Amino acid sequence: MLYAFLCCHDEAIVNSWSKDEDDAVLAKRALVTDKLAAKGKLGPAVRLMPTTAATTVRMGREPVVLDGPFAETKEAFLGFYLIDCDSLEEAVDLAKQIGRDEKVVFEIRPVRLYLPKGKAS
Amino acid sequence: MNDLTWIDAAVRSARPQAIGALVRYFRDLDRAEEAFQEACLRALKNWPVNGPPRDPAAWLILVGRNAGLDETRRSSKSEPLPADDKISDLGDAETDLAERLDNSHYRDDVLRLLFICCHPDLPAVQQIALALRIVSGLSVKEIARAFLVSESAMEQRITRAKSRVARSDVPFETPGAAERTERLAVVAAMLYLLFNEGYSASGGEQHVRTPLCDEAIRLSRLLLGLFAGEPEIMGLTALLLLQHARTPARLDADGAIILLEDQDRALWNRDMIAEGEALLDKARRHRRPGAYQMQAAIAAVHARAPRPEDTDWLEIDRLYASLEQLMPSPVVTLNRAVAVSKTQGAEAALAMIEPLAEPLGGYFHFFGLKGGLLMQLGRDEEAREAFDRAIALAHTPAEAAHIRLHLDRLMRDSQPPSKSLTSVSE
Repeated sequence: MLYAFLCCHDEAIVNSWSKDEDDAVLAKRALVTDKLAAKGKLGPAVRLMPTTAATTVRMGREPVVLDGPFAETKEAFLGFYLIDCDSLEEAVDLAKQIGRDEKVVFEIRPVRLYLPKGKAS
Repeated sequence: MNDLTWIDAAVRSARPQAIGALVRYFRDLDRAEEAFQEACLRALKNWPVNGPPRDPAAWLILVGRNAGLDETRRSSKSEPLPADDKISDLGDAETDLAERLDNSHYRDDVLRLLFICCHPDLPAVQQIALALRIVSGLSVKEIARAFLVSESAMEQRITRAKSRVARSDVPFETPGAAERTERLAVVAAMLYLLFNEGYSASGGEQHVRTPLCDEAIRLSRLLLGLFAGEPEIMGLTALLLLQHARTPARLDADGAIILLEDQDRALWNRDMIAEGEALLDKARRHRRPGAYQMQAAIAAVHARAPRPEDTDWLEIDRLYASLEQLMPSPVVTLNRAVAVSKTQGAEAALAMIEPLAEPLGGYFHFFGLKGGLLMQLGRDEEAREAFDRAIALAHTPAEAAHIRLHLDRLMRDSQPPSKSLTSVSE
């Protein structure tokens, strides 16, 4: 089963990391994700720009375009991994490994439809 | 990342909001800082044991407020005390407070705190130093190092600045829309000064002080997060990012300045450029152009050119012309002249800056550009004169050394060089 690992993090803290601190977090995560990639279990991974770069389009009778993220919360959605896991148990275990020593929150969601190129076939 | 590093980052990122709220409670900068300090000490003891709170800022505000009230209780027995159950039950109160924090209050708390630092009586450098101390929480030692003055001199400056703002009466009520817009503009200007202080130091040995630039970007992002729909704050953040993206390419190994057209563009930070462009895009949708957006747009034109010769100088000329209309200033005209020298030649550019001799008579970049243009036209003697003036006006050794390179070149060959050798921007 393909799982999406949605990375939610306190954005104020992530933004206050120095470049070295940021690099250190990514290097630490790569220890786990590189292994997954070697086994062909890692799908695309995405890191999003800060929520200040986000625009929200809310559809209604009239579509409304708003500056900023959908929800203004402490923990913002900052990126995701797609990983092929044998079980939810494995997914939970991987989340613990990837997020080791961080205060990140992973929301693990099974993927229903996966179109790497945007269309079926 | 261990607990202590995390607590440090959490406290640092919560600081503007927490101090801002505590200033609103206590209406006193010193008391707010003391209360925050106390809350941080308690966090260091409490968080590793009980786990980090969901909302560190709310936790620090609540504990800080309680600590401040305790202090009041100790120092003046006569004051009526708030009921204990209102302030001591941290568990429930945290949720409650977090909810209340989510409404508009804290946006204005942070803005007010920044605005207090921008007291018009304070010279720019003191405004910046005060903001770094109070809002960013840098130590006096760190700030002194950034400004290359002794710790005691900086301590004195900050104390003086603090007592000056303590006597100011910035209202604590929620500001109206017009008042808010005015505060935002003043604070944006201060953040830009802070950035420039790091980007092109006003004095001392070091030409670039990255931590000041990083801090300006962090505060600018913070402001944009709070006032998400303000195109000029988008423009400011974009401008800082687009300029800072060039930092890795601006100085050579010996600390000498490398001009924009000679920089290794592979060293430019692509992440920052992409974010800057994204913010600029967002700002354009509002169709409310402003000075920061225009300057960011100019920086973006440079960022987009894979090689210097790909630069769209006509677009830059056009953008500077709009900026001149919006914000007439000799410095803007001077910058525009660089674009004009590319599109119409050195002669036209020289004619353009001739009237600036008066207002910019003490400006390093004026004589740097003038010398460069004269050199292109083969007027070596006049060029040398202009370069001499520039050196006399240089703020950092890097600036002076850069001009000396031109002079050396003039000495070496009397032939005018094929490409222009100087521009205002790096």
